[in-house]
This record gives sequence, C-alpha cells and structure tokens, in this order.
Amino acid sequence: MSAVIESHNHDDHHHGPAKGLTRWLYTTNHKDIGSLYLWFSFAMFLIGGAMALVIRAELFQPGMQIVEPEFYNQMLTLHGLIMVFGAVMPAFVGLANWLVPMMVGAPDMALPRMNNLSFWILPFAFFILLSSLFMEGGAPNFGWTFYAPLSTTYAPPSVTFFIFAVHIMGASSIMGSINVIVTIMNMRAPGMTLMKMPLFVWSWLITAYLLIAVMPVLAGAVTMMLMDIHFGTSFFNAAGGGDPVLFQHIFWFFGHPEVYIMILPAFGIASHIIETFSRKQLFGYASMVWAMASIAILSFVVWAHHMFTVGLPLAAELFFMWATMLIAVPTGVKVFNWVTTMFKGSITYETPMLFAIAFVVLFTIGGFSGLMLAITPADFQYHDTYFVVAHFHYVLVPGSIFSIMAAVYYWIPKWTGNMYDERLGKLHFWLSFVGVNVTFFPQHWIGLAGMPRRIPDYALQFADWNMISSVGAFLFGASQILFLFIVLKTVMGGKKATPEVWEGSRGLEWTVESPAPYHTFTTPPKVS
Amino acid sequence: MNEGSKKTIRTLCFAVLGMFTFSFALVPLYNVFCEVTGLNGKIELRATNVKNIEIDNGRDVSVQFVSHNNEEMPWTFKPSEDNIQIKTGKYHTATFYVKNTTNKRMVAQAIPSVAPSNAAAHLKKLECFCFEQQELAPGEDALLPVRLIFDDELPSSINSVVLSYTIFDVTDYNDVEFTQHHNDDHHHDDSHHDGHEMEPSI
Repeated sequence: MSAVIESHNHDDHHHGPAKGLTRWLYTTNHKDIGSLYLWFSFAMFLIGGAMALVIRAELFQPGMQIVEPEFYNQMLTLHGLIMVFGAVMPAFVGLANWLVPMMVGAPDMALPRMNNLSFWILPFAFFILLSSLFMEGGAPNFGWTFYAPLSTTYAPPSVTFFIFAVHIMGASSIMGSINVIVTIMNMRAPGMTLMKMPLFVWSWLITAYLLIAVMPVLAGAVTMMLMDIHFGTSFFNAAGGGDPVLFQHIFWFFGHPEVYIMILPAFGIASHIIETFSRKQLFGYASMVWAMASIAILSFVVWAHHMFTVGLPLAAELFFMWATMLIAVPTGVKVFNWVTTMFKGSITYETPMLFAIAFVVLFTIGGFSGLMLAITPADFQYHDTYFVVAHFHYVLVPGSIFSIMAAVYYWIPKWTGNMYDERLGKLHFWLSFVGVNVTFFPQHWIGLAGMPRRIPDYALQFADWNMISSVGAFLFGASQILFLFIVLKTVMGGKKATPEVWEGSRGLEWTVESPAPYHTFTTPPKVS
Repeated sequence: MNEGSKKTIRTLCFAVLGMFTFSFALVPLYNVFCEVTGLNGKIELRATNVKNIEIDNGRDVSVQFVSHNNEEMPWTFKPSEDNIQIKTGKYHTATFYVKNTTNKRMVAQAIPSVAPSNAAAHLKKLECFCFEQQELAPGEDALLPVRLIFDDELPSSINSVVLSYTIFDVTDYNDVEFTQHHNDDHHHDDSHHDGHEMEPSI
C-alpha cells in the first residue's frame, strides 16, 4: 500500500499534550489513551502472573505446602479473570487506539470522550474485583467460567462485587468496540476501500463486531446470577424450576466468541510483522479477510463443544464436533498464508519477527490440541484435565500474548521515537520462548495421563512434570521483568528511529515521523 | 460528527440492547426447546390431561424410581417401590414416602427428571407431588402420590425408564415470622405464608 501525504505541516497545530497528571485523566487523544490501556494491561499482566506463580509454587510438589485450598481456588479464579479481561483484552484495545486511526488515516477515534470514559472505568472494575480478596469469605473461588450454582448458591458473598466488576468491564469493552467500528466505517482516508485496509484494522473490525454481539450476553448472564442471588429468581436454580445447564449454554455462547476476540487481533499483528520482515507483500490478503470473517461467524455455532459431557443428545454432539473442526479450515488458510509469505522472502530475525514466527508455530500447536479436544468421544477423556489447560494456554500465551509483545517491539519505535535494545529484546524472546514451552508442554502429558485441572494437590505420578512446569513458569515470569526494563529503557532513550523504522514496512503509520506527532492526519492522506 | 457516524452509532446501540434482550430470551427459548424435543429429561411441572391416551393393548414398560436429596436436605425421601412393571396407555399410581426428620417446619420441592431423555415427552402425569411444594411439621411424614401414564408413542427401543426425583429444601429461613410462628405453635394460619404455597414457577 502506498500513500502520499499531501500537506503534513505539523508546525501549524503544534499544541502538544497538556502537562501533569490531568493530561492522563482528561485526555481524549487516541495515542494517550492507547498508552494508558497498554500500561494498565501490563500492570494487570504482572498481577495475574503473580497469581499464576502462586498456583505453580503450590503445584511444585504434591501435597499442600504454601496456600490453603480455598485461597488456591481464589488465585485460580482471579488469575483467569484478570488475564482475560485485564491483560489480553485491554492490551488489544490499547493497540487499536494507537494504531487504527493512524492506519486508516484518521485524526483520532470517532468518539474521543467516550474513549476516555471506556478506559477510566476499567481501573475501578479491577479495584472492585481485587478488593474482594480482602472481604469476608474471600474472593470469587468458582473459576473464571463461574458456573452456576457454584457461583450463585455456593458462592462467597463477594460474588456481588464480582458481578458489578464484570458489568463495568463489559460496558468498557462495548464502548471501545463502538468507537473502533465507527472510526473504521466512517473515518477512513479517501481512497481506502474496505479491501485496502491493513489487516490489523480488519481484524479489529471483526473483533469489535464480536464484542458487540457477545458482551451484552455476558452482562445478561451475570445479571441473571445477580437476580438469583438477591431477588429470589430461579434462572439457574433447579429447585425453583431453573436449570444449571442453561447457565453453561449462555456462558459459552459468550465464551466461545470471546476466545476469538482474544486471538483475531493477533492474526492482524502477525500478518503485518511477517510481511515486513519477509520483505514481501503478504500472500493472500483477501483470503486472510475471508478467513477471519468465517472464523468469527463459526464462533457462534460451536459453543457446546465446551460442554460435551453435560449429557447432550448424540445429534448435538455430532453437530458441535463437525462445526468445531470446520474452524480448522479458515485457520489453516491463515497459517498457510503466513508460511507462504515467508517462503523465499529475504527474512531477517529481529525481535518482532521472532515473536511472530513463534506465534505461528506455537499457536498452531494449540490449534492441533484444540482439534483433539473437538473429537467428542476423546473429549470425554480429556475434559477438565491438564490437557485442556495446556491447550488454552498454548493459544493464549504464545498466541495472544506473544503477538502483543511482537506488536510492542514492532511499533514501539513509532510510539517513542527510539529503537529498543535489540540484544535485550532477543534475550527476552528466548527466555520467554523457553519458559512458555517448559511450562505448558509437559501439561499435555500429565493431562493425558489423567491429572484433573483446578486442584491444589495431585497424585504422586504427576510430580516430576509438575516440578518442571513450575520451573518454566518462574522463568517465564522473571523474563517479563526484563520486558518491563526494555520498554522503560526504550521510553527513556535509545537510537533514534526513522519514520519508516523497518526496511520493509508498509502502511500509513510509517509515513509519519517517529515518534508519531501528538496529532496525525488532521488533513486526511490520499490512498491510491 | 457526520451523519454516517451517527447512523453507525445508533445501529450499534440497538445491536447491544438487542443482544442483551436476546440473552434473557434464551431462557424461555431453552425451556421451549427442551420441552419440545424432550432433551435434558425435562418434563412439564403441570398436569396433562390428554384424551384418548388410554388404550387396552399397550406393551410392557419397566419403570424404576430413584430419589435423591439435594445437598444437605435432611428429610427421608424414598419410593415405596423401586421398580414397577406397567403397560403403556394405562394409568398407574406410585407413591413416595417422605418424612421431616428435623425439629423445625420445612418446605420442600421435588424436581423430576426422566432417563432416557427421549422418553420424557411420552410420560404424562395426571397428578404429581412435584406440582406443588410440600410443607411438613417437625417429625411429620406423608405418602406422596404420582399418577402417571406412558402414551403409546413411546419409542419401541425404550423398555425401561428411570423416573428420578430430587428433593430441594426451599424453606425461606429469612422469613423469621414463618419459622418462629410455626415452631412456637402449630396452628395453621393461611394469611401468614401465602407465599410458601405458590405453584412452582417454571
């Protein structure tokens, strides 16, 4: 994609950001809000990661050593909720804030004040959620999937705070999505047709539609819980004519599109990075768009593969099995396109490219274990074992999180104007890569051998692999401190970046100087 | 902001409201779906009186009765007979013995379930204790009847049906007046606990 900037005379409106703390409180600038989202999600990543390390420390050896089972359950629940709603989702929203307006040649997001609101309610949501740790009865302890009646009849009193926190997170996501869709649909530079949009923009357009469709369903589910707990209804209470299995249907109707919400933007990021460092045009742009759209549509008809063991009739099990396997087709198209883009390219292996290649390989491994889980009769064996834990961590950690790290390394020269330290970046990559595989690969084996998930203690035969897994987890956790150091070092200074930053970079964001001025594209660029 | 943006925002807000409403609509949709298809072993908690259901030359079906106490429900609850042989198209009355073993007045609700689930649609009940809540004084016991019939369209592959009841404690322990009033003196006063003898909501 080539672009010409007609008159980029930034001298005319050189009013930079306001000074002091109020800059961040009152800001309506998409770049400021993007940075806020990214820093917030990194803070949540460290908090959720610390909780994961509590879990891994307890599982280092069989027997109960460090925490009480009740507290273990709270760590498990909060780790899941914080990583999903606090780390991965806000990080992608932050990237969308920074990049979508620059990529489509818009001056800012369509609704800047709502943008400020959708960020600033998030810290309150997580303050409420985390404060439940100090309440009587402890924090939510029913797993991030909060199945009723575990989360209603048998829940600690803090469940009400959890419900309000989820409501706030949902409101934030919905506002963020409306903003992204309106920006993309109405504020593209002249000449940028839908099929000329960068893939990250496409991936976020589809993600935002998924969010609009399913976040209200999540809000409905927690509202029903609230009514069951406090207003005497019986949505999920069998004694009053309700049905606990209904909760699982509603939850996974939200939950399955949700897992694609956490991976589609990663597809966009990987496409940009692989294209740049292969110094070739992306192979199969149109098929990439169609593959993402197909994955999004299919995500609405596969939810019951999470509940094969609840007693579905045979016809339903077959339908959900085949529908799930069908998703492997568009996903396979994407992997094929990435590999073909690299084929015969002049590849260099800078840190973003290393993360992107690892993303393709390890996400594919996670996809294959997903296919194994989709086989209904096999799922009866794998259900609720560590195999499931290994599967979804492979698609979320080296999938979503590696893509976010790749994106940070790739675009940070544009954000800060400084190059990151390549040597440290590579060190961070290799530590993370080894850490992630040492942590999660053995979990496939102990899962197949029958170790159940969500337990603080386990049978002796699982001891060795659990110990190795815990060592990997601490390695991965420690290497993220290095990541924080690298980012801070880049923000403070470093080799100055050129506007293009990378030799093979394509797209409008590389036509503005580095660091990107506070206001970009106040006059829309022309895209040919 | 231009007209196009406003239109997009309006559409998206309607979509959000629509999906929120849809999540609540899933509840009746799910129940209708389960009742129509008989999935989930759900049967109607209401008397069915279908004409021409009685026939003379029905086939044999074995019915097993199973009783469960939910969680910490302390009552004694068991079927009078574990297993009966009946014919399709013939009414049969079975009974369950129930006793309040505690020293306080309690209210219970039994919830039925049928296995295999595709038999559920063919099991009709003229009368069932599960249609209402049961209130028993301390130490009181009762024989609860269920009058049932299988219609003749019961799939021929099904020769044995399990009818299971789970009994739930639905006593309103927050209603101090109710529990104290009944524990202090055993006179029945309808005006005090109308709420406890409601039909079960489905």
